[in-house]
Amino acid sequence: MDGINSLRNGPDEHGRFGLYGGRFVAETLMPLILDLEKEYRAAKVDPEYVAELKNLATHYTGRPSPLYFAERLTEHLGGAKVWFKREELNHTGSHKINNCLGQILLAKRMGKTRIIAETGAGQHGVATATVCAKFDLPCTIFMGATDVERQMPNVLRMKMLGAEVRPVTAGAGTLKDAMNEALRDWVTNVDSTYYLIGTAAGPHPYPEMVRDFQSVIGTELKEQFREREGKLPDAVVACVGGGSNAIGTFHAFLDDPEVAIYGAEAGGHGVDIENGHAASMTGGRPGVLHGNRTYLLQDDDGQILEGHSISAGLDYPGVGPEHSYLHDTKRVTYAPITDTEALEAFQLCTKMEGIIPALESAHGLAQVMKLAPTMAKDQSVVLCLSGRGDKDVESVGKYLGLLK
Amino acid sequence: MTTRIDRVFASAKAANRPVLAAYVMGGDPDLATGQAIMNALPQAGADIIELGLPFSDPMADGVAIQMGGQRALAAGQTLRGVLGMVEEFRRKDETTPIVLMGYYNPIYVFGVEKFLATAKEAGVDGLIIVDLPAEEDAELCIPALKAGINFIRLTTPTTDDARLPVVLENTSGFVYYVSMNGTTGAVIKSRAAVGESVQRIKAHTELPVIVGFGIKTADDAAEMGRHADGIAVGTVIVDAVAKSLVDGKASDRTVGAVRDLVADLAAGLKRARA
Repeated sequence: MDGINSLRNGPDEHGRFGLYGGRFVAETLMPLILDLEKEYRAAKVDPEYVAELKNLATHYTGRPSPLYFAERLTEHLGGAKVWFKREELNHTGSHKINNCLGQILLAKRMGKTRIIAETGAGQHGVATATVCAKFDLPCTIFMGATDVERQMPNVLRMKMLGAEVRPVTAGAGTLKDAMNEALRDWVTNVDSTYYLIGTAAGPHPYPEMVRDFQSVIGTELKEQFREREGKLPDAVVACVGGGSNAIGTFHAFLDDPEVAIYGAEAGGHGVDIENGHAASMTGGRPGVLHGNRTYLLQDDDGQILEGHSISAGLDYPGVGPEHSYLHDTKRVTYAPITDTEALEAFQLCTKMEGIIPALESAHGLAQVMKLAPTMAKDQSVVLCLSGRGDKDVESVGKYLGLLK
Repeated sequence: MTTRIDRVFASAKAANRPVLAAYVMGGDPDLATGQAIMNALPQAGADIIELGLPFSDPMADGVAIQMGGQRALAAGQTLRGVLGMVEEFRRKDETTPIVLMGYYNPIYVFGVEKFLATAKEAGVDGLIIVDLPAEEDAELCIPALKAGINFIRLTTPTTDDARLPVVLENTSGFVYYVSMNGTTGAVIKSRAAVGESVQRIKAHTELPVIVGFGIKTADDAAEMGRHADGIAVGTVIVDAVAKSLVDGKASDRTVGAVRDLVADLAAGLKRARA
């Protein structure tokens, strides 16, 4: 057990991380999320459930994911050693599968017969469609129409896996709008349907549950790093949209004050540009949306802004509530990374390490590129390389003028 | 102390008729027309006005009310603006209850205490806030009760007997039964089940129960009015506004379209106990 002063004890029984989190949903959904919480508590301590999840993680996902020393990048940056936690090597190409497997087993336990999910970049949509294929459950994925266009390879993967992809045209046609539409579907089909939320946000118990399923990232990382270097890393870094890979990476280190923790938010065109970024902690303030209180991009009247990021997976005006709490307590430093910085990091990683990162993860790498040169050569910084960039080659190609 | 809401239900009960709660989006399609629509509702036959607070992300609403909210926001509506509508309405009408209906974030950002004081002063009687379930009563429900504003809870087909007492505990004014699992404007699957559910709720509370979601015609009004102390109609009214627009702007038919529709629904409701 963690001590009373631990940062790892949240949420409380009301689903709060300090001021943040909670259960801000329509009454129709309340009985269901209370059930879900009960079911999750039972599953967590059920050896059969734990064993099945472990087995899938090993033989289906391919865990543990490697911890890789990025030698050329380290030399190039000329400071701390740079390491990648290779979540992009997981089955389906990102960390999202960790959470999807945990939740699909819960959905089965609860006797649900249909799965819905929202997706931005399509990584969560693909992971959801994958587990639905494996467990033979019909699934509908809500995806903003703008994102359908900029992440076409993932749309095709979802369709081939048997999912119905429903483009959402409301608003800017991005992740926020997809989440609204998924919630509307859920309210309508609450008896049959399980909502497989992909990020560590939404009403309690989702932020806790998703964090727990993703915490395998940080737990493995800590152990692997100790084996390799005999100590803790000096810094860990991850990109933050809703923040599931980030909280999964950070959670194991929250009570290790000697480890600096950085979250890279989507700075878009720059945080000074009104509605031109998706950095909810740097540029937003607390509000209530999609079932939780958290930092949100919003106007003075409490209307939610659309935000902008080159990365569909980070293009969301909110963030998981635990991140809001870690931001306020200053345990984690959240910093914005612009579209341009992310594109540079994307290219550098591709050319120097032979690893094409997802645009989301490239935001994290851009933060590492700022950080590593300021650190000593015997120090280490570990990036959660949360996803692979195959889905982005077309849109990056367009930005770079390689495609007409 | 009796409230406007108590008095409306008492007089409807004495007359053996169900009440009609008419929902309009505050400031749809523009601020002046929205005010004119609101002002016309009592005469058209609305006993209670549900005034929608526009929100950018209305997760529990169907397309019609989503669009109504977008029109109001595009016309420059704000939470303060809606409270101004109430103030304006109250200059001429001191009796018709006004219930604000919407989502929590604009209120949270405005500041709960400041909002309640301004709303009370303006003449607001009740609140229906979709994304504040009983588990979050400390946010707004309890402060509202202290400020003398009713907090009206939605109960739904998923609210079972075990949960009803939790949901009803701090509910006041009336109970709003959502006729289906779904967003506003969807189709009611079983009307008989709605009647049973209202009876089930009444076994737990003395408060009047009104039924909403999915009531579209005078006949629906007549039928649903049989089962409950009142009905709430929203989507078709917001739709009537939409259909009256010319090039996206209010036309000379806009206010009349809403007035005629509400009068028709009120006439249907009169048949409920006939």
